[in-house]
Amino acid sequence: MITKRIIPCLDVRDGRVVKGVNFAGLRDVSSPVSLAEFYSECGADELVFYDITASCEERSLFTDILRQTAERVFIPLTVGGGIRTLDDFDRVLKCGADKVSVNSGAIANPDLIYHAAKKYGDQCVVLSVDMKRVDGTFHVFAKGGREDTGIEAIEWIKRGVENGAGEIVVNSIDTDGVKQGFDLEMLNAVCQVVNVPVIASGGAGCMEDFVTLFHTLPKVDAGLAASIFHFGEVDIKELKQKLANENINVRL
Amino acid sequence: MIAIVDYGVGNLFSLKSSFGAIGAEIVVTSDPAVIQNAERIILPGVGAFADAAEKLRKSGLDQVILEETKKGKPLLGICLGMQMLFEKSYEYGEHEGLGLIPGAVRPIADVIPKDLKIPHIGWNPLHLRAPKDKLFSYLNEGDCVYFVHSYYAADCDDYVIATAEYGAELTAAVRNGNVWGAQFHPEKSGKIGLAILRAFCEI
Repeated sequence: MITKRIIPCLDVRDGRVVKGVNFAGLRDVSSPVSLAEFYSECGADELVFYDITASCEERSLFTDILRQTAERVFIPLTVGGGIRTLDDFDRVLKCGADKVSVNSGAIANPDLIYHAAKKYGDQCVVLSVDMKRVDGTFHVFAKGGREDTGIEAIEWIKRGVENGAGEIVVNSIDTDGVKQGFDLEMLNAVCQVVNVPVIASGGAGCMEDFVTLFHTLPKVDAGLAASIFHFGEVDIKELKQKLANENINVRL
Repeated sequence: MIAIVDYGVGNLFSLKSSFGAIGAEIVVTSDPAVIQNAERIILPGVGAFADAAEKLRKSGLDQVILEETKKGKPLLGICLGMQMLFEKSYEYGEHEGLGLIPGAVRPIADVIPKDLKIPHIGWNPLHLRAPKDKLFSYLNEGDCVYFVHSYYAADCDDYVIATAEYGAELTAAVRNGNVWGAQFHPEKSGKIGLAILRAFCEI
């Protein structure tokens, strides 16, 4: 049976991983290529590269980094950040990305999901949603979680899947950075309405949080995190062993 | 030298890089002469069966592949490239394949419980039916590989060398003589995937 996935997310700017990285024994801790290789060795099931650059020059530096990574790391790579058009899909897929994650680009142009899914297949299109509780419902937030779009998130996700999104990343703004565990209530609400893989993001602080996630919500397919992996608070190899010991099906 | 057949379907970047990583001499080509001179052939493929099969036929490379494999040259079809090795596919209609392996490609939805998600996507352990097959020289039972597919090879039981469990035993790898096929993506399956490619290079 298919295994639960553990996915580290790398924010890349100016060709470097931002958010401090703290690993003993890693030669260049902020090189996305070295870090990707390191995570792949540790048993990461997939990597997300998030492009947080703004200018065109920086963007081509990002695709260079992506290409170098894809030449050396042979696990699925997902790219997000600044994806607004089919040309953006094309640009990163040619450099070795397997999946492309859309967030603000889909809010600005909801047809993007439909057209991308038609051209590249549903499995290629990941809808990433920054969600937060507002007056008892979940709203979609834009601009890195700073702006309430007023869009009801569960309906937004349902529509995204109908249009061809093959996977949903649920980023809970409410639990992000708090390190008290994933947002199980929010994730459950999403799992109830979709039949595509759901990736939990935001809130993981320790290994136990992943165990709780997969035990409580068997429909969640993957757990994504950034800093707890980068800072070495959670070691991916240990995490996967722990999940296996807890009878959660993982790739060792 | 290994020829990766380029017939205008999908992105061959990762596949090319993965062979590079194991030090294999490879060429991505649509030139019949290059394929004829190669020691081994890789038939890749992503997307829809009908479209890919038509492109392969239009390129005329289907005939080259049939001739070369008839001579005993090892061939490995990957993902949709594996599906095209069969006699036919029922993906949106009925379409003819290369017929190198008896069997047909059918929707996964026909055989798995309704609550399972489609496509079958992610890492899944291999059950080796033919653990001594040359393709599995470096593999162990239960090694995980990466799948992305909505259709599977059926009616080919005699040729199945590995399966993966996803609500049903789905065909994961096949062999008929010098023709192999992998439903999963070795180029995205980490060390295990590279080990399969290495084994193919040594056949």
